[in-house]
Parts: sequence; structure tokens; C-alpha cells
Amino acid sequence: MSDAHAEHLESSTGLDNRKMAIWTFIGSECLFFASLISTYLVYKGKSKIGPLPHETSQCMLHGQMQQCDHIFEIPLVTAGTAVLLFSSFFVVLALYGAQRGNRRMLIGWLSATVLCGLFFVGMQAYEFTHFVHKGLGFTTNLFGSTFFTLTGFHGGHVTMGVIWLSTVLVLAIRGKLPPEKALNLELAALYWHFVDVVWIVIFPVVYLMK
Amino acid sequence: MTAHAATAHEHPTPALYFRIAITLFVLTALEVSGYEVARRGAPALLAQVVAPIITEILVVLSAAKFALVAMFYMHLKQDSKVFSTLFVFPIIIATVIIIALMTLFSYLHYLHPLGK
Repeated sequence: MSDAHAEHLESSTGLDNRKMAIWTFIGSECLFFASLISTYLVYKGKSKIGPLPHETSQCMLHGQMQQCDHIFEIPLVTAGTAVLLFSSFFVVLALYGAQRGNRRMLIGWLSATVLCGLFFVGMQAYEFTHFVHKGLGFTTNLFGSTFFTLTGFHGGHVTMGVIWLSTVLVLAIRGKLPPEKALNLELAALYWHFVDVVWIVIFPVVYLMK
Repeated sequence: MTAHAATAHEHPTPALYFRIAITLFVLTALEVSGYEVARRGAPALLAQVVAPIITEILVVLSAAKFALVAMFYMHLKQDSKVFSTLFVFPIIIATVIIIALMTLFSYLHYLHPLGK
């Protein structure tokens, strides 16, 4: 059996079984994130104590009740959103290069994708730290619990995506990702796009809808 | 039909990918602009139109972005319909779950408000 044949593992549907597996996994992840988004929406606006996302409120800070400003930094998160959206563009260009044996295009755009992912994770780490300093912890109020759970799980998925894409990047740099093995990148790219579409939903639901 | 033949398809060109990226960027800018107009109440005339329907605007823009990424970047437009089914069916269930839970908890909150 040739390498090219070995790369395309047929299932009873005539489709590649790894691609079937990643789409099935993505489908199950949709339900996972639906439950987290539902929980966030169900408890939205039901916190009895601040800090709150869009309004000034009374909150416990440094051991005493204080007036707290709204907590979201929309410009920062918008920048993170734009970077994540562009990373999806970069990874399809990397895949385009991989499928045509254009090593320079593959490595360049894949590196850009990984950097965008790292920027997003860094943005989220900064945001979480900033919130903690402003008095919003995981158990502070309903908003804190649901917000950190939803965006934290998404951040975890982004981190997994960065690790996955980085391993593919190492393979590409070592010259172990010829066009007939481009599916290895396509699977990672599908997961990355899924992480992106989840954020497309989370961004307006959490940050822009009052 | 071999697996290779089944999954082989003509992918969009980098030029189309670029147009999609710009469209996604513009839609995101519209989302944030709509939010800012509704929040600040300025310009007043625009805010009067946007503020009451900002949630609906955000849902439509978000759905458009979601569809663009799924169809073109995830290649569902070109790939086998089996993959589309594996993705769309759970999304329909997910949407129903979100709507059902929000309706249920709104009703429960109406009956038993928190803290009372």
C-alpha cells in the first residue's frame, strides 16, 4: 500500500474516517458549549452583588463594600476577537499551501495562526487577572461563576488548538507534511475553525448583549 | 467510490478567503459599533433605531459570521453533505436546548424570583 493510500482511510460511507471522527467530535462539542451558553444566559442579570459586566454596582473589594465600575474592557476583547477571526483566515491559507506543496506558504501562515492563538490566550489571561484585581472571582457572584466557566472552557479549547497546530507546525518544519498528508493539518484547522465559531457566538452573547 | 474521490473537492481560492476575512472583520466592526451606539445613546437618531433592536441585530450578524466560517473556511459548501449533517444537526439541538432552558428558567423565575 502506498503512503498516499495509507493517508486516506476509508469508512463504510466512502469518506475518510478521521474526518468523520473530527466532525462527530465537533458536533458533540456544539452541545457542550450550548449547555454552557444556556447556563450563562439563564443566570444573566441575576447577580445580587457586583462587580457586574455593564453597570456600576456595590461589590466587596479589599474586605469592604465599595462602588464598583462596570468590568468589561470591550476594546481589548474586540482586538482578541479580530485576531481570532484572522487566525482562521491564516490557517486556510496554510492548508492551501500544504495541499499544493508550497512549504513556505504552509510554514509562514501556520506560524501566524499559532501566534494569533497565543495572543488570544494571552489576552484572556490578562482579562481574567484584571477581573480578579477588580474583585470578580469564580465564586463572587452568579455572573463570575458563569462567565469564568464559559470563557475559561473556550480558552482551554483555544490552548488545545494552539498545541495541536504547533505540533503540525513542527512536522511541517521537519518536512514531514507533504501534500498527501495535508489532511493532518485539515483536521487541526477544522478544530481551530470550530473554536473560532464558538467565539463568534460567545462574543456578542457575553460582551455585547446587556 | 474511493475515500479520496469522495473528499476531493475544489477549494476556494486565497482571494475568496481574503474577501471572507474582510467581510468577517466588517461584520465584527458593525457588532461593536451597534453596541457602542446603543450604550452611549449617540448619535441620538441612530441610537433610537438601533437600541431597541440591538439584540436582534447582534444575533443576525453573529449568525452571518458563523455561516461564513462554516461554509467557506470549514469547507462545508464543497465537502460531503454527511459532514454538514454531522455539524448542523447538533447545532439545531443546541439551539433548541438554549431556547428551552431560557424559557423554562424565565418561567421559574417569574414564579419564584431569586432571593424572595
